[in-house]
Amino acid sequence: MKHTLAVLVENRPGVLARVAGLFSRRGFNIESLAVGITDNPDISRMTIVVSGDDRVLDQVTKQLNKLIDVIKVSDLSPADAIGRELALFKVKVDKGNRSEVIQIVDVFRAQIVDVGIKTMIVSITGTGDKIDAIEKLLRNFGIIEVVRTGKVSMNRGAKTVKLEK
Amino acid sequence: MGKKTRMTGAKALIESLYAEKVDVLFGYPGGVLLPIYDEMFDADINHILVRHEQAAAHAADGYARATGKVGVCLATSGPGATNLVTGIATAYMDSVPMVAITGQVPSSMIGNDAFQEANITGITLPITKHNYLVTDVNDLPRIIKEAFHIASTGRPGPVLVDIPKDITTDELDFEYPESVELRGYKPTKIGHKKQVKRAADVISKAKQPVLYVGGGIIIAGATDELMELAQTINAPVTTTLMGKGAFPDDHPLCIGMPGMHGTKYANYSIQESDVLISVGVRFDDRVTGKIESFAPNAKIIHIDIDPAEISKNVRVDIPIVGDARSILNMLVEFIKEDLKGQTRTASWIKKVNKWKKQYPLHYKQDGTLKPQYIMEQICDMYPDSIIVTEVGQNQMWAAQYFKYKEPRTFISSGGLGTMGYGFPAAMGVKMGRPDKVVFDIAGDGSFQMNSQELATVVQNDIPVIVAIFNNGFLGMVRQWQELFFEQRYSFTCIDDSVDFVKLAEAYGALGLRVTKPEEVRPALKEAVESGRPTVIDFVVEREENVYPMVPAGAAINEILDLEDQL
Ligand SMILES: Cc1ncc(C[n+]2csc(CCOP(=O)(O)OP(=O)(O)O)c2C)c(N)n1
Ligand SMILES: [Mg+2]
Repeated sequence: MKHTLAVLVENRPGVLARVAGLFSRRGFNIESLAVGITDNPDISRMTIVVSGDDRVLDQVTKQLNKLIDVIKVSDLSPADAIGRELALFKVKVDKGNRSEVIQIVDVFRAQIVDVGIKTMIVSITGTGDKIDAIEKLLRNFGIIEVVRTGKVSMNRGAKTVKLEK
Repeated sequence: MGKKTRMTGAKALIESLYAEKVDVLFGYPGGVLLPIYDEMFDADINHILVRHEQAAAHAADGYARATGKVGVCLATSGPGATNLVTGIATAYMDSVPMVAITGQVPSSMIGNDAFQEANITGITLPITKHNYLVTDVNDLPRIIKEAFHIASTGRPGPVLVDIPKDITTDELDFEYPESVELRGYKPTKIGHKKQVKRAADVISKAKQPVLYVGGGIIIAGATDELMELAQTINAPVTTTLMGKGAFPDDHPLCIGMPGMHGTKYANYSIQESDVLISVGVRFDDRVTGKIESFAPNAKIIHIDIDPAEISKNVRVDIPIVGDARSILNMLVEFIKEDLKGQTRTASWIKKVNKWKKQYPLHYKQDGTLKPQYIMEQICDMYPDSIIVTEVGQNQMWAAQYFKYKEPRTFISSGGLGTMGYGFPAAMGVKMGRPDKVVFDIAGDGSFQMNSQELATVVQNDIPVIVAIFNNGFLGMVRQWQELFFEQRYSFTCIDDSVDFVKLAEAYGALGLRVTKPEEVRPALKEAVESGRPTVIDFVVEREENVYPMVPAGAAINEILDLEDQL
């Protein structure tokens, strides 16, 4: 079972090490982790995807909350939240198949962000599944390099993960 | 107050320690600490110069456990800081409030593998409640304030503050903050009322309840509340190693320690309980044995200040997060309403008492010098002592054969099981409680891990008594080799290591040797009355074992005694 956690942390050096260290020390599995600043420059937001049963989730949440630099932890349920990842694929192309790649990119509403003589870079944002799907198709042409971010996630509707005053 | 004074970081540190009412500090100097030590020279703080930084950490820890105040230690960068690590980990595992201050190489050199640089905040990340690297001298007062606050509130623990040398010479306008502002740290104090009521109703209906209590009771200062609860519901009380002294050992409802070297009757009671009221405990594997078979019929109520302890090891039916003292207060009130002076536990108590009679703690008295006998004599002659322990068989006998009646009178490394803890910790204990007779119950192995502190206790006239149960073995390991490895005593024999009497004398301490039971009492008397740091070398029965005992991986009711066949 995968869970997506939104974690508000103090924007201080060493916070990432504290969080990552906690996961490895307690034997929790991080599937992905993304971190960036929020509208409040003192606060960063991490999106952590962790696998495990409810008991693991319970422990992860409590242990995270014990870190002094962690301000808030919320479990984002997949039904109520949007999740996005970004991936870049460097694909091998030649005169013959370039248009085929472009077609796939269009279907997925991805973008071509770089064109070389023998390569193209495809950029795509979307759910993990969508990215997996385009990757599978692009593999037919030959993928030279892949880079993917961790997932970022946000509640649908008015619900927010914010510091309550 | 409120007036700012210009001063260096080093001076600001001292001023901050004054503000925290630190009167004793255990430390060891070094290059990057020179500015701090220069201030320390005239400071109104009793600085105890140890002989190894590990001892500074253990002494601060012992001081904290004995007094309930924050213990403070100080070490230089690199090797000084890494020498603290075992002491910090020990304090972390047993939730001891401690502030460890380390010097660091100058800010500009951090990360360059400078001379005596160690990334101590990185190293201690998993063994501190929190830690800080000071990057701006103006932050120093706030950080010290936060460090003491974090160390001593909620579930206490060690906090490390790493101070680069340049920060100690930089100047600031010093003002000590009056309060802390930590939006990520707000420990729950008051228990959830509905949960407490639920627990009360379950407890009131219980026929075979057991109170399983630990160090949390002592930290929360909840011994009176525990007593009231135990008497109100008339339930037996088992205190863990960390909980020794939370409930008087000589009280009729006391059933001793649970777990691996607990009493048979504590383990049987837990296993047959219908409600297990767990307070300030963490279901450690040394207590639960085979976890799947622990308290199989019990509804488990778990009261703890740390939410992460709830359902970590066992599934809890009624969790209550908060301060044990206020929760127990509330709980007793609810239960009194429910019970109206009645209890339903009479036949349960009868059963427990029958086990108690049938399976008392005992050992074979055959005229040789037995460690258990020595503990009994210490208990008989100096019942108000504080007993500090090393780790191994000595620790278990100290837990079993002394009657603890007050909190903070049994001091031992429970979670980490640190050999070498006892002696320096005893030093800290004596500094905090100079009115008390303080014993370090030691093994010959453990004592040798920090025996250099004899110099410290002699130089500073800290009269602790080290009672070495000298069996010539790393006894606890030897016991396991005897029982589970066909008596192959692989590297556990340490006999004739050293003449402990001469060792004591070499440092200027009093050294005594005892080889016969009849010499025990005179030697104890001499040690206590000498008022000097003393080492008593009790040459004890070499292959005595600690019983009862739950073999590894067994359920706690599969507990074996001296007479039982393994
Ligand atoms: C620092 C450290 N190293 C190793 C151990 C493992 N250990 C546990 S008990 C023990 C033997 C202790 O020997 P001694 O101090 O003589 O005590 P005894 O059991 O003989 O009373 C050892 C080696 C430990 N607990 N701590
Ligand atoms: Mg020994």
